[in-house]
Amino acid sequence: MKNLDNVMIIDGMPVEINGEKNLLELIRKVNIKMPTFCYHSELSIYGACRMCVVENQRGEIEAACSTVPKSGMEIRTNTERLRKYRKNILELLLSNHCRDCTTCSNNGKCKLQDLAMRFGIDQVRFPNTAAEPKIDDSSVCITKDAHKCILCGDCVRVCNEVQNVGAIDFAHRGSKMSISCAFERPIADSPCVGCGQCAAVCPTGAIVVKYDFHKIWRALDDKNTKVTAQIAPAVRVAMGKELGMEEGENAMGKIVAVFHRLGFEEVYDTSTGADLTVLEESNEFLKRLSEGKADMPLFTSCCPAWIQYCEKNYPELLPNVSTCRSPMEMFASVIHEEHKPSARKHYHVAVMPCTAKKFEATRDEFVLDGKNPVDAVISTQELIQMIKESGIIFSEIEPEAVDMPFGTSTGAGVIFGVTGGVTEAVLRRVSSDKSKTALAAISYHGVRGMEGIKEAIIPYGDRRLKIAIVSGLGNASALIEKIKSGTHYDFVEVMACPGGCVNGAGQPFVAPDGKKQRGDGLYAADKMCSTKRSEENLLVMDMYNGVLKNRVHELLHTNYVKRGE
Amino acid sequence: MLKSREDLDNIRSVYAKTLESQKAKILVCAGTGCVAGGSLVIYDRLKELMEQRNIPCSVELEKEVHHPTVGIKKSGCHGFCEIGPLIRIEPQGWLYVKVQEEDCEEIIDQTVLNGVHIERLAYQNDGEICKKQDDIPFYKRQTRHVLQHCGQIDATSINEYLAIGGYSAFEKALFEMTGDEIIHEITDSGLRGRGGGGFPVGRKWEQVRRQKEPQKYVVCNGDEGDPGAFMDRSIMEGDPHNVLEGMMIAGLCCGANQGYLYVRAEYPLAVSRLKAAIEQATEIGLLGDRILGTDFSFHLRINQGAGAFVCGEGSALTASIEGKRGMPRVKPPRTVEHGLFDKPTVLNNVETFANVSLIINNGIEWFQSIGPEKSPGTKAFALTGNIVNTGLIEVPMGTTLGEVIFDVGGGMRDGGKFKGVQIGGPSGGCLTEKDLDLPLDFDSLKKAGAMIGSGGLVVMDDKNCMVEVARFFMNFTQNESCGKCVPCREGTKRMLAILERIVSGQGVEGDIELLLELADTVSATSLCGLGKTAALPIVSTIKNFRSEYEAHIREKRCPAGACSKLKKIEIDAALCKGCTKCTKSCPVNAISGKVKDPFVIDQAKCIKCGACIPTCPFHAIREV
Repeated sequence: MKNLDNVMIIDGMPVEINGEKNLLELIRKVNIKMPTFCYHSELSIYGACRMCVVENQRGEIEAACSTVPKSGMEIRTNTERLRKYRKNILELLLSNHCRDCTTCSNNGKCKLQDLAMRFGIDQVRFPNTAAEPKIDDSSVCITKDAHKCILCGDCVRVCNEVQNVGAIDFAHRGSKMSISCAFERPIADSPCVGCGQCAAVCPTGAIVVKYDFHKIWRALDDKNTKVTAQIAPAVRVAMGKELGMEEGENAMGKIVAVFHRLGFEEVYDTSTGADLTVLEESNEFLKRLSEGKADMPLFTSCCPAWIQYCEKNYPELLPNVSTCRSPMEMFASVIHEEHKPSARKHYHVAVMPCTAKKFEATRDEFVLDGKNPVDAVISTQELIQMIKESGIIFSEIEPEAVDMPFGTSTGAGVIFGVTGGVTEAVLRRVSSDKSKTALAAISYHGVRGMEGIKEAIIPYGDRRLKIAIVSGLGNASALIEKIKSGTHYDFVEVMACPGGCVNGAGQPFVAPDGKKQRGDGLYAADKMCSTKRSEENLLVMDMYNGVLKNRVHELLHTNYVKRGE
Repeated sequence: MLKSREDLDNIRSVYAKTLESQKAKILVCAGTGCVAGGSLVIYDRLKELMEQRNIPCSVELEKEVHHPTVGIKKSGCHGFCEIGPLIRIEPQGWLYVKVQEEDCEEIIDQTVLNGVHIERLAYQNDGEICKKQDDIPFYKRQTRHVLQHCGQIDATSINEYLAIGGYSAFEKALFEMTGDEIIHEITDSGLRGRGGGGFPVGRKWEQVRRQKEPQKYVVCNGDEGDPGAFMDRSIMEGDPHNVLEGMMIAGLCCGANQGYLYVRAEYPLAVSRLKAAIEQATEIGLLGDRILGTDFSFHLRINQGAGAFVCGEGSALTASIEGKRGMPRVKPPRTVEHGLFDKPTVLNNVETFANVSLIINNGIEWFQSIGPEKSPGTKAFALTGNIVNTGLIEVPMGTTLGEVIFDVGGGMRDGGKFKGVQIGGPSGGCLTEKDLDLPLDFDSLKKAGAMIGSGGLVVMDDKNCMVEVARFFMNFTQNESCGKCVPCREGTKRMLAILERIVSGQGVEGDIELLLELADTVSATSLCGLGKTAALPIVSTIKNFRSEYEAHIREKRCPAGACSKLKKIEIDAALCKGCTKCTKSCPVNAISGKVKDPFVIDQAKCIKCGACIPTCPFHAIREV
């Protein structure tokens, strides 16, 4: 029986109110998508773009994002006045915006373009006063261009509210307002940790992932260079609609095939590196547990944005962070060592869902034989660009397997890409019960799911291990405060991006419900692996007698640096 | 330290007695305007002279009176800023105007020592000498209730405030009234917010009182950003204790124990007077914990602004106090539920708080007897512009515009012809000749497409260009826009650009329509009051003076002769003798001609500097 007391009228249609926070959500229920720039369902309501205005029966204009639906309200979403207002707002934005779309890296992926087309803007009656190109190129992870900013504030809100980093904020007032770091320092000199979430929410090309793939074309063209690659788990489930894939569809085989075509001689799966990480981190964890060290918990270390965040804000916790390198770096060390005897040059590329990995690849701590083993990191977005540029029709290409000598990986490795995955992989390793039921039990203990903070209690021998899994640096910060005020944990997994690497800033843009589908894609890949535990990867176990002999610490572990002022 | 009601009553009568015993009082106006005119120098000189002549004078009220003294006091703004520095002499009630340092000796010797009136220092009304302040038409037509203490008592002394009955409203509220009764009194009085919104004060307080959250706040908005408005400044400078009293009463009935005064940093005198007042009140125990032996505790803090007009907007103000960027936020949540630090907050204007003690002391009927039914009470206005009597006035709500301009304001200055009044500052509209009978109250003005705003009134005559007025206010608004929402940030910029083109002779056909279109979008879709009202000056000047805009655009001519870029300098061929004297003065060689024939100014080259005009011995060059 419909609740007739809680009804309002939208465009003449009665709509039931069911706890929607604002009119925008309710209007979506009647299949209308209101235009917005500054609205983001996971950020606080800002109400600044004024595109989502609606008109009520008294002719008053309100923003739909910040109006709470109330019984008896009557609104219209598409009147003559509203159309005029929206067009005027677009005109005002366009008159102050760089309109060289053809040479913009965000061409075709820009909300301003979309809405200008949607509302049929065919004139801009004001002189163009677009800001001078003011490019901040200092960060290796993102590129910022003030020229293209529409001041929607999403980047500020995600950096401050969700990530608790606060590297950027508004400066100056009125039409001179801009987004900048404190004292207008370059991003590289700020608290920025490279997580790239600002780029992920930016509706225009003002903040974008730094594109590095031009370097790779050059390497591929060089006959004297052997180009190898590793592909992260999260990449394969996010190739997305642009290439004709469903969200969450596992396209690894196709990616490998494309890479072979482009000239990569060896293509590997970062899950193999993840298996190494699981083995090392489990050892580390068990060692600490048995030593009864008071300085628990052990924090994971595979997320470079988290590492930078810890180095800049909580250096006192660095002794608690695992000394393991990330899967990408561990694997790169091994591949580098494997290639060393050869006379040819070696160029190693990592394809990551992440912007922070671009920074990780430059860390001095990982230098081997005078250079970093990863020569270039490209994001999924860049991979898609390369595929488009090459003209290969992705949807039609036949999948191929990864190469040897490192072509095996386990399900434990592939689930690294989703929040809770690292923890589940480590638990599979340390658990003495290697049965199938044990596997299922671990997955139901609360380690899976897209919530920002998850806790689990896992029995281990006669102990009960207390585990926390956080994604989003704001959640990490909250958990750390909890730990500092006395709450105990044995193991904490931290991923900087909410939801884990599948939602990294280097991934193509996806609506909130698409994020879970990506994680589900990785769990599905895990199901299709015959080996579920990292120690079952015989190839990796063999490395300890081979390339890693006596060099485990040098190749697979690292130390951290206290950063900050 | 006052520990009980009895203590308060006792100290009040002690100081009242002292005040009464003063055989004379010299009240030197120490509002910012007169201070700028040298009134503090006059104050010091008067004091010095009295000491030299061994006249016992007192600067502060003492508890004990040994012998009667002459009280010399720095009072709040007397209001008649046009003819300051002002001094009032009691007990006669005489007002001396345009006082200079040289006059001090005569004032002491003649008036103070011998009770003789000095005619040349008195105001002259068409030749008639007005000895008393109340004889002066400017004052006769006013109803100074909120401003009554300004000019009456020493603005820097809590002792004087107590002596004239100060804090008796707070006393009554604290000891004789329940929270509900106080709110009913304020609600039934009909008091509406004086900051511009006109929201019923009692209703706002009731909403805060209803909230279950234990921590609540009272915030006073002293940001007064309108150019030309100084009502709140004068109240804060001249009667700070009255403002504190209003806040304390609000805290008492709404359940708040902490108050904040947000004062713009450009008002250093107001800040220091308020600071002193808070210190004095705290010292004697009227502020702090367990006031006068009751359960009520109230603390006050001053926060200064940092130069942003937008921080006069409620949610931007609270953000500023919280140390955040002063940007308004969307509502809901509303300030009464989630205001300062996310707690229920009473946020009212200075003048609003200043009315509270009057209502509690004098009652509902008294307040309702002033002004119209839906808009009772008085309103302070800052009267400026091309009017004879500029200054700070207070009249009952409902006084007509004509009465304010001609009866109180003394009419137009220098024979100018009345053209219009800009009311409500950059958020306001203009009223014209047809509106002279319009009563000045919230609802009448709203119907006329204007708003009272905070109370700034700028009077304009035929030499004021209305397009320039719109440009001036849009320039202000554009500078002060916080930048958050697109319509205000970008829209005001574009409207300003169009107006600037128009006043510099580059207006094109279609500009007026574009202005009105933008004005509609900006007013309808802006996030906060600043943006929503930013276009009012434009809309109302176009509505009332469209022909001026058209002249600027089509004829490149400014009918008021004010816009410098549209001025034309011409040589009258009938008078010009071709003597070439003017050509030498022209910095851009715009003047040319044959000797002994009339010369011509090339308008395209002319930069309108006017250097040529005085050079002509035949007065042939004129500005047209």
